[in-house]
Amino acid sequence: MHWINVVALTLMFMSGLQIFNSHPALYWGASSYTGRPAWLEIGARQDGQGRMSGYTRVLGREFTTTGILGLSTDDGRAYAQGFPSWLTVPSHQWLSMARSWHFFFAWIFLVNGLCYVLYVIGSRHLARDLWPTRLDIRGIGASIVDHLRFRHPTGEAAKRYNVLQKFAYLSVIFVLLPLVVLMGLGMSPRLDTLFGGWVDWFGGRQSVRSLHFIIAWLLIAFVLVHVFEVVVTGLWNNVRSMITGRYRVPQESVHE
Amino acid sequence: MNDRDPSRALRGRRRFLARIGAALGALGVAGCDRLSQSEWFPRVLDSAERLNERVAKLVTGRKAMAQEYGPADLSPTFRSNGTAEPNNAEYAALASNGFADYALDVGGLVAKPRRFTLAELRALPSRTQITRHDCVEGWSAIGKWQGARLSAVLDAVQPTPAARYVVFHCADPMEDDGESPYYESIDMDDAYHEQTLLAYALNDRPLPIPNGAPIRLRVERQLGYKHAKYVMRLELVESFAHIGEGKGGYWEDQGYQWYAGI
Repeated sequence: MHWINVVALTLMFMSGLQIFNSHPALYWGASSYTGRPAWLEIGARQDGQGRMSGYTRVLGREFTTTGILGLSTDDGRAYAQGFPSWLTVPSHQWLSMARSWHFFFAWIFLVNGLCYVLYVIGSRHLARDLWPTRLDIRGIGASIVDHLRFRHPTGEAAKRYNVLQKFAYLSVIFVLLPLVVLMGLGMSPRLDTLFGGWVDWFGGRQSVRSLHFIIAWLLIAFVLVHVFEVVVTGLWNNVRSMITGRYRVPQESVHE
Repeated sequence: MNDRDPSRALRGRRRFLARIGAALGALGVAGCDRLSQSEWFPRVLDSAERLNERVAKLVTGRKAMAQEYGPADLSPTFRSNGTAEPNNAEYAALASNGFADYALDVGGLVAKPRRFTLAELRALPSRTQITRHDCVEGWSAIGKWQGARLSAVLDAVQPTPAARYVVFHCADPMEDDGESPYYESIDMDDAYHEQTLLAYALNDRPLPIPNGAPIRLRVERQLGYKHAKYVMRLELVESFAHIGEGKGGYWEDQGYQWYAGI
């Protein structure tokens, strides 16, 4: 289930960036034309000498992002494109195909995710391993210090999830992932018809598009930290435990 | 083995890993591109489209109403996208005369085919609504539309029981040589929906040419490309396989989803 999720989320992220590229600007409110400018805009422009540059404007502050955002170069030819082609599926501007990828893998992600939630509840993985105990909560301070000093649990403690890990997993599984799905559904003009405009509870249709984008990047941030932790705490041992459930408790290193 | 500087060895290994990562990434993106261009894979992907349509309709119900807004929410100017001025001599002649000679032709699987002048369309039961227009590209704009209810037009021509779709044939050619006129199609649920209009006014003024004068479709529970502009003729059909490239619309023929409620 975890690896189906990796594939589906990766493809949804990359096709999502391709969809974003067809209108690389984000707004707050119901519409894009409220009189207020976009809070995020990625674009390309030409200066007096015909030189092209890419820019990214965030909350009114502008950055030159030539080569990464706004303007990409391919075989010496520069072209305007929000996110670069190596981050998107399909790689070049092709909105309809990106939508096809996005919606297909959305179903895979959804079905897989629902199966996972049923499994963690049914198998008591949620109650036994994921839910923080009272002892965990009391140890939060110590755990934060340990994480900041890159000190990882050893011995029997390494077999359990630590408290920060539990909070991270729970908030991803039960907050961010459901919310990113909901914000995706909120962009559908048909599903917007429910409850007389539920999309306004989140600020309106363009706000929902913004939130969908922000949560997608929060998920990427989680993945980066998650992969980092997996690697530094023993890549092979962790991956084997993720697949087979076998986790070897590392020997305490002998001090000289 | 010679005694290599461990930090250099580590850097070498990191560079190696980074290269492997980049190569795998490129392979992945290239693989996705090859799949996108294949014959079979997009068909697999598009199997989700029917599911999207069924679930969205099941969850919301057939008659669900699109959200409506107040005058304060109106966009200062309503953006024109796609064609802003049809490259069509016949259309230009109609426009030069303020569309006085325009008539909407309604035919196909109907008991009483007929033509409607603009005055006749304005005399039909109408509706005024402030709604949000969501473009497939991602932007939204809010406008006030007034138009004849499509259901009133259909009641006048009486579709036969075989009719399953309404096809909108438009005046704007989508290619420079004047070929490939824009067209769209919707099913009967959307055709009879209360908010589905043949709009003749935008923001209390006659519909401007950049927004589809003299008549454009409003089908509020779907994305912008379904809202055909410059509508000249309605055709009721059982299937749209014989029209254009058979996918039910100009953009659908280019690969966009026929069901644009998502």
